[in-house]
Amino acid sequence: MIPAAFDYKVAESVEHAISLLTEHGDEAKLLAGGHSLIPMMRFRLATPGVLVDVGRLDDLRYIRRSNGTVAIGALTRHSELEHSAELAQACPMLSSVAALVGDPAVRHRGTLGGTIAHADPASDLPAAVLALGATIVAQGPSGRREIAATDFFTGYFESVLADDEMITEVRVPATGGGWNYQKFNRRAQDWAIVGVAVADGGAGVSLVNMGSTPLRASGVEAALASGASAADAAAVAAEGLEPPTDLNADSDYRSHLAQVLTQRALNAAGVA
Amino acid sequence: MTITESAPAAHVGSRRLRKEDPALLTGEAKFIDDLDLPGAVWVGVVRSTEAHAKIVGIDGSAALAIDGVTEVLSGDDLAPLWGEGALPCAWPVTPDMKNPPHLPVARGTAKYVGDAVAVVLADSRYAAADGAAAVVVDYEPLDAVVEIEDAVADGAALVHPDLESNECYTWGLWGDNAAAVDAAFAEATHVVTERYVQQRLIPAPMEPRGCAAVPSPAGGELTLYSATQIPHILKVMTSVVLGIGENKLRVVAPSVGGGFGCKLNVYAEEILCCALAQQRGAPVRWTESRAEAAVSTIQGRGQVQHIELAADSEGRLQAVRVKLLADMGAYLQLVTPGVPLLGGFLYHGCYHIPNYIFECKAVFTNRVPTDAYRGAGRPEATYAIERAMDSLAVAVGVAPEEIRSRNFIKAEDFPYESPPGLVFDSGDYHAVLDKAVSLANVAGRRAQAAQRRAAGSSKRIGVGFSSYVEMCGLAPSRVLASLAYGAGGWEAATVRISPTCKVQVVTGSTPHGQGHETCWSMIVADKLGIDPDDVEVLHSDTAISPTGLDTYGSRSLSVGGTAVFMATDKVIDKARSIAAHQLEANEDDLEFSGGVFRVRGTPEAEVPLAGVAFAAFTAHDLPDGMEPNLEAHVTYDPPNFTFPNGTHIAVVEVDTDTGNVDLIDYVAVDDCGVQINPLIVEGQVHGGILQGAAQALYEDAVYNSDGQLVTANLADYLVPSAVEAPRYRLENHVSPSPTNPMGVKGVGEAGTIASAPAVMNAVVDALRDLGVSNLEMPASPQTVWKAISQAQGGAS
Ligand SMILES: Cc1cc2nc3c(=O)[nH]c(=O)nc-3n(C[C@H](O)[C@H](O)[C@H](O)COP(=O)(O)OP(=O)(O)OC[C@H]3O[C@@H](n4cnc5c(N)ncnc54)[C@H](O)[C@@H]3O)c2cc1C
Repeated sequence: MIPAAFDYKVAESVEHAISLLTEHGDEAKLLAGGHSLIPMMRFRLATPGVLVDVGRLDDLRYIRRSNGTVAIGALTRHSELEHSAELAQACPMLSSVAALVGDPAVRHRGTLGGTIAHADPASDLPAAVLALGATIVAQGPSGRREIAATDFFTGYFESVLADDEMITEVRVPATGGGWNYQKFNRRAQDWAIVGVAVADGGAGVSLVNMGSTPLRASGVEAALASGASAADAAAVAAEGLEPPTDLNADSDYRSHLAQVLTQRALNAAGVA
Repeated sequence: MTITESAPAAHVGSRRLRKEDPALLTGEAKFIDDLDLPGAVWVGVVRSTEAHAKIVGIDGSAALAIDGVTEVLSGDDLAPLWGEGALPCAWPVTPDMKNPPHLPVARGTAKYVGDAVAVVLADSRYAAADGAAAVVVDYEPLDAVVEIEDAVADGAALVHPDLESNECYTWGLWGDNAAAVDAAFAEATHVVTERYVQQRLIPAPMEPRGCAAVPSPAGGELTLYSATQIPHILKVMTSVVLGIGENKLRVVAPSVGGGFGCKLNVYAEEILCCALAQQRGAPVRWTESRAEAAVSTIQGRGQVQHIELAADSEGRLQAVRVKLLADMGAYLQLVTPGVPLLGGFLYHGCYHIPNYIFECKAVFTNRVPTDAYRGAGRPEATYAIERAMDSLAVAVGVAPEEIRSRNFIKAEDFPYESPPGLVFDSGDYHAVLDKAVSLANVAGRRAQAAQRRAAGSSKRIGVGFSSYVEMCGLAPSRVLASLAYGAGGWEAATVRISPTCKVQVVTGSTPHGQGHETCWSMIVADKLGIDPDDVEVLHSDTAISPTGLDTYGSRSLSVGGTAVFMATDKVIDKARSIAAHQLEANEDDLEFSGGVFRVRGTPEAEVPLAGVAFAAFTAHDLPDGMEPNLEAHVTYDPPNFTFPNGTHIAVVEVDTDTGNVDLIDYVAVDDCGVQINPLIVEGQVHGGILQGAAQALYEDAVYNSDGQLVTANLADYLVPSAVEAPRYRLENHVSPSPTNPMGVKGVGEAGTIASAPAVMNAVVDALRDLGVSNLEMPASPQTVWKAISQAQGGAS
């Protein structure tokens, strides 16, 4: 529970952070809210040589709405998403998902950029941005690029982000359609055993903890698009997936939960 | 017992806020890791990553290369520090009990994941942790025994090959009862046969363990600071193990952040730090990490229970037969073998049962030792009988409350001699049950459950009962002797009144979160007619409180509190003599109330306690031959245990689509005798209930087949939080215990003892019509869902 020794640098700007990342290569890790990275360091599952603390880049803490899009700075805390009146109006799903992450202490430290970059298939917000069809803005030594959320996650704790790139902003469409998020866990503070996000009346459906990445439930989306009922669409929620087995759930039980929760989420989102 | 004419109770019985809390809440309280010990050597413990393995080699070179690491020591290197001396087990329950030598640091073979195999010394906690992580141990794996029943299977691997079997002891309570029990079963109309598993539990107090040994090289004294429940016992044991004169040893427990039994022990690290500090002449300290605590601090429970009930056609019990297999783990810690015995007396529950037989076979496994954990033996016993009573109710075709009511010991039968020979002090089990049934609105809940069933709802309602009686107030020393326990069960107290009439209470009972300071102050204040804030309570340091037997087994109030009560009486007796002298009256003519001595019938003749205290201090004019000062010491050995009891009712909603269980209501009616501070009682009951509900629904120390603990952190080991807590609705029934002058019984463990079976019975009740008749703990959503699927003939 005591991390291995590391160096600590405070980034003064995004550019500074990127130059530190470039300088230290794969030895370095960005530190945002620290609520995923530091536990891993305490278990010595992560042993970065250098931490580049971006937690003080307050100009990356914002929620701005313009032309049907909400732009959110990467350092915005979960609690800020939870309590933003603007977000509750423009994209209520994101703020209500944020309110279900961990406990208040976690939500006051954890950041949207951090949870997306961490790419944990069991996390809530990555699945939410996936269902919402968000765009992730990343900056590296050679400039900025925009990545569709659907292209972002590549594997267990892995994404298309390069070692020297940093997420600076997440853009989500301000959606009008019905939405819902179902999170199934044993204790309030825990990650989802299975979660289901439904955005825009079923146009975007995603699954939490059903594979090595957050997943778009494309089978469900396709069924809905071709006029299936919520029950029939939910029945295919786990089709083709190989959900993990752990202490809380084996693969069969997860598949079952995915169906139950998908139906509940669709119904709650107004899909009959 | 003396009962004095004391002041009318003013504070006792009130919901007084705890004296202890301001320091705890503001961070002023000092815990073991807050100690500032310049120049201390930090210990890092290298722990076995194998459940059972030969230690072929220990390579410390990489560790020694780390800045700040000074030494790497193996069990062989350290052996001269303790010679043949091993960690103590104070409870040899049978003469032929097997107790393999248990060294603080293993030599030759590691017996469980977490077993200490080497030690790193360093100049900081960080360097010690880095060093411990860098030591390379070469293991040659041996076959491991992981599950309890495997330990007694044919051809089982041996945890201790020298012992030629994994059996530690067999202990029974049967007398000449066996034939009568067999006959009762032969004649019974209803026989219930059940097998239950008590999973292992990780105690997980908020503060893990830690210790620091500080030598005074010039005088040869040694002070051991430890996050312990038992500084007094620890002192005796450390002295014996290491051969340090008790006059040279002081043990201090700073503020201790909970224990639940896991700090009722003498641990390897305590002995190690003392031995090294003595040898090096420098402070040596160790602080446990949370992950370390999971594999190196004792665990609770760990039993396979077979219980059989024989009943007549109306469900009246004729006999109970119990066979246990109890998991000791790899070694015996302080009271490991005795824990199942504490339950052995109580498997007949609150019921009058003519014939009773109990046998426990204890076995070794390659897992961290078990030992006392909140309730210690009694939650296990209550669980078995209360689950089995529900099965009997089903067999007989009556409601769970009816089967209980038919078999309860009756109020008029107290004091009641139980089949295994205890004398239950007082109670009215029927009244308690009735109160709980009406408070929980059982009839209304059942109607709601029926409605949901009829509507085919996936949200099933279940109502679960648990009636319990437990034995607290450990313990009459002679009874402990008959159980082969290695110490007595008394408690000591000193009460001193200062020249300005402030009171100092020294207690041998060692708080670690319970609120002793508040309760002892209230007791003394009422007796002396002073303010509780004028009472100071000292404890937890053998230099200040040299005599004591500490805190466990819900004994503090009924034994330690009684000692305080009696010592106060003794001080009052002395003050009375002085007051009589001052008032030139006969002692028998004095009455004492509201802090004033008065001569009966002569209102103007009075002297306040403060006047007596000052006179006792100046000693200018005391009765001939009387010693100065107001001070008294009492050591109280209780004549009997106390027997708290109660009925708890859990109401759950089970989502049959997901298997999720919600505790939607929880009613507890407890009889813990007279309450000193109902606020503290409630706190104990709330926490206790959640701790038992945690066993029912959340917590499980899961080992894989290689003996690796796979729930070694608080993300995987599910300690519930306030959010998961049920809505508690508590009531009391007070039947004062005749065993002690205050009529108190104890409440530290009651909630935990009662709640696991109430919750499990509720879950089974919700699902019985779906074909589910039993479930193992914890009833996780997956377990529940699979049980339903299986009962419905589904795939899984
Ligand atoms: C007790 C507890 C309970 C939790 N429960 C939940 C839960 O229920 N649901 C849930 O979804 N999450 C949960 N979390 C995780 C929490 O949401 C984390 O805050 C989040 O996953 C990571 O955000 P962070 O800002 O703390 O990232 P950090 O821990 O600082 O970093 C995580 C990773 O992302 C990288 N990183 C951080 N910021 C950036 C960036 N801007 N660009 C590129 N890389 C970056 C870091 O280098 C690191 O590799 C829980 C955490 C804890 C401790």
